[in-house]
Amino acid sequence: MNLGELSTIVVWGATTAYAIAFGAFAADLARRAEVASTKRVRHTTPVLAGALVSGGEASADVAEADADLDGLENDAADGPADPEAADDAPDGPDVADELPEYRPGKALGIAMSLTTLGLGLQLAGIVLRGLAAERIPWANLYEFLVVGTFVAVLTFRILCLRRDVRFLGAGVLGFSVVALGLGLTAFYMPAQGVEPALQSYWLVIHVTIAVIATGVFTVAVSASVLQLLKDAWEQGSPRLAHPRFRLLGQLPSVRSLEALAFRLNAVGFVLWTFTVMAGAVWAEHAWSRFWGWDPKEVWSFIVWVVYAAYLHARTTRGWSARAVAWFSIAGFAVLIFNLTGVNMLLGGKHTYSGISRSQG
Amino acid sequence: MATTTSPPASPPTLPRLGLRGAIRWVWRQLTSMRVALMLLMLLAVVAVPGSILPQRPQDAAAVARYLADNPDWGPLLDRLGFFDVYGSVWFSAVYLLLFVSLVGCILPRIGAHARAWRARPPRAPRRFDRFEVHETLSTEAGTDEVLAAAHRALRGGRRFRVEPGEEPGGARTLSAERGYFRETGNIVFHLALVGLLISVATGQLLHYRGQVLVVEGRGFANTPSAYDTFDAGSGVDTASLVPFTVELNSFTASFDSAGRPTFFEAAVSVTEPDQATRDTTIRVNRPLDAGGAKIYLAGNGYAPQLTVRDSDGNVAFEGPVPFLPQDASYRSRGVVKVPDVTSGDQIGLVGYLLPTAVITEDSAYSAYPQPGNPVLVLQVWRGDLGLDSGVPQNVYQLDTAGMAQVSDADGTPVTVVVPLGEEVELPGGLGTLSFDGLPRYVALDMRYDPSLGWVLAFALTALVGLAVSLFTPRRRVWLRVASDGERRTVEAAALARADDGGLAGEVERVLDAVRELGPWSQPDPDAAPTAAHDSEDVDEPR
Ligand code: HEM
Repeated sequence: MNLGELSTIVVWGATTAYAIAFGAFAADLARRAEVASTKRVRHTTPVLAGALVSGGEASADVAEADADLDGLENDAADGPADPEAADDAPDGPDVADELPEYRPGKALGIAMSLTTLGLGLQLAGIVLRGLAAERIPWANLYEFLVVGTFVAVLTFRILCLRRDVRFLGAGVLGFSVVALGLGLTAFYMPAQGVEPALQSYWLVIHVTIAVIATGVFTVAVSASVLQLLKDAWEQGSPRLAHPRFRLLGQLPSVRSLEALAFRLNAVGFVLWTFTVMAGAVWAEHAWSRFWGWDPKEVWSFIVWVVYAAYLHARTTRGWSARAVAWFSIAGFAVLIFNLTGVNMLLGGKHTYSGISRSQG
Repeated sequence: MATTTSPPASPPTLPRLGLRGAIRWVWRQLTSMRVALMLLMLLAVVAVPGSILPQRPQDAAAVARYLADNPDWGPLLDRLGFFDVYGSVWFSAVYLLLFVSLVGCILPRIGAHARAWRARPPRAPRRFDRFEVHETLSTEAGTDEVLAAAHRALRGGRRFRVEPGEEPGGARTLSAERGYFRETGNIVFHLALVGLLISVATGQLLHYRGQVLVVEGRGFANTPSAYDTFDAGSGVDTASLVPFTVELNSFTASFDSAGRPTFFEAAVSVTEPDQATRDTTIRVNRPLDAGGAKIYLAGNGYAPQLTVRDSDGNVAFEGPVPFLPQDASYRSRGVVKVPDVTSGDQIGLVGYLLPTAVITEDSAYSAYPQPGNPVLVLQVWRGDLGLDSGVPQNVYQLDTAGMAQVSDADGTPVTVVVPLGEEVELPGGLGTLSFDGLPRYVALDMRYDPSLGWVLAFALTALVGLAVSLFTPRRRVWLRVASDGERRTVEAAALARADDGGLAGEVERVLDAVRELGPWSQPDPDAAPTAAHDSEDVDEPR
């Protein structure tokens, strides 16, 4: 067995650990639902930022001071954003502070241990792969999926150190298991060197940042999805009437989820901006033009524009937090299409996946 | 200020506005956040077709194929600009509108921001307990001491702008604000986008580029006619390009055992005006700088060195002929045109070069990209090459309109097989062909674009502005110190823009500085807030 094969086996191991961790996270969510239903609480935090300023004429103080702060930045635009967009509201409580009483059980402990184990295995798999191919191990779609999910899980794991966001585990790990499974089966490529066009430190920079951005966006979109679910549940959506959805009551408030998604999306956006720029520098070196509207470039641009729209939607008056969350989801959908669909359906010069139609 | 505040509910009352009013209304709409958002989404949508349909600037041949395959809607799409989406009227309209909107949106913000820079932090609000982040403590330290300590903590390293104040009730206050750079970053980011657009457009005007195929031992000079293809922006005087020359000394290619390329390098000699000739290399990711232009290694292949003697025994053709690689094994296709025969028919040869030929009964292929066993496999045509018609011909295509393929007695076309270093008779008594050598050639892309540095500079500026804008915390902190005989009551409150996890810590830091001054106590947080500082004028807007 050579290093490349060993790497693949280790990645299979990581995937298995994540799959079990996913099960445990799901079990934990189910338990939260149970706790919630025995307590019979329907946790209805008001969504409005006004909740933080509990009514009365005295709140005018806050509103005034706040409007000042806001006015400095926002009055060339549409004025203060909708309170639901949450941006101009005073700082929200920390996510962890808002969790209603819930003592985590064994399942959560197991899930976290397996997540950490999986991260270790995955890191080993990535290093082995790099040694086997004698280059950085993220140059084709399989490797991209392995490293991307690694960053997503790592981002989640690091967030867990700072605040209790373990409720995101099922989402992040579920996504990672599917992505890794697809990588190991449908998109698998044995370890090998790269062609001369890819031998550049700009490749290292460009792809590394792209992978990290993807990982961060993944965690952000998980928060956005939970935000929408919780919001719908609080509005009494009949489709979420089943008692199992009471677990949504255990999650942080809609506003905190929105704030979390925003912070991560902001980081992701800066990273993505850098990705596109580094890609342009690389294209300038390798292909003699920094921008040529190659399908991959087009879709990277679209990803960037959609996330820019997301940031704008957040500060535009009249846009609800719910609408803004859909932008976050749309951005992520386009991002995933850019990673997969563009190579499979549209071809172009970016043939790194090894599965694209045309030869650059 | 160009803002729009018209709520969606109130219908526009255009008729009564008159022309100026209408223009102002349109301008306000255009520079509103809502329209900017719509334009951004629109930009994303109109960019899509260019990734699905073939595009003329990238691949004109694919567009021609598409038009031939779709005679019904192809021409319609063509008229609507779908085969050059990024140069089309509608795509340009969207991004130009977006940038007009951006300028209209950002310019007024610059003024507002300049005023904000000069303004002092706003005075302390009347009641602190309504803020999310607020705290009260009681200390024995003196008022001046407390204020000085808090002032130091606020200014120290964190660059809070601090404004002291005094209230009619006798209480002393501090108003502090930080994060002005957040808005600066936002403005810089948006303006840098405008700069980026302008520099790219300037580049379109001032750039020129050419492609040329150079065989080992040969070279080219930087004049439009020396290139196989050449195009220049409308602002370029093509007669005055920097006259540098480049000569290809040798080309090195290496491949791994499976035939995948691992390394390409062209060794060249460059001569720039008024400079000594220098030897250097071009690699795939390492273009060459010459005369302000960059020269890229875009491709490579073999150019068999051939000699054709006609039926009279005279040399009718001699030289290297570039063959275009068709696959990873460098099976390469090429055409040899021999117009200059002394008598009889002109000759055309079409076929393949196999660098490491494996020839069996019914197939011929190349097993490896390196020249292990180079063999030419050609078919022969005779007649009129059609070169005199004046219509420019593709050198990689044989126009067979006036030609006939040379066949043997039973009508099967004759194939000549020539290994490297050998000479064969051409069928039909046309003469002989010898395969004398196998130099390599490189395809070079020359590009001159004076805007590149600007493009890069604006891109980096945008990136920095964006990061500053998104990650600079914007915070206000207020402090009120009221003297009550022996003790001072110190209240603090803070407010942030955007979601800011560090706000409470900021207040803690300031209060810690006060706590260090001496014995202190924390009142019961549930106790009624002190309302002693209420007064008439505090709520008044500044
Ligand atoms: C090329 C088009 C544009 C792009 C790519 C773009 C991108 C962005 C991005 C990424 C942000 C968030 C980061 C930051 O706060 O600096 C932002 C913020 C902002 N943009 Fe744009 N923008 C564009 C056009 C516009 C236009 C046309 C307007 C005016 C209507 C505008 C007004 C604003 C405002 C007011 C903010 C600040 C929001 C806040 O205070 O948080 N932008 N823009």
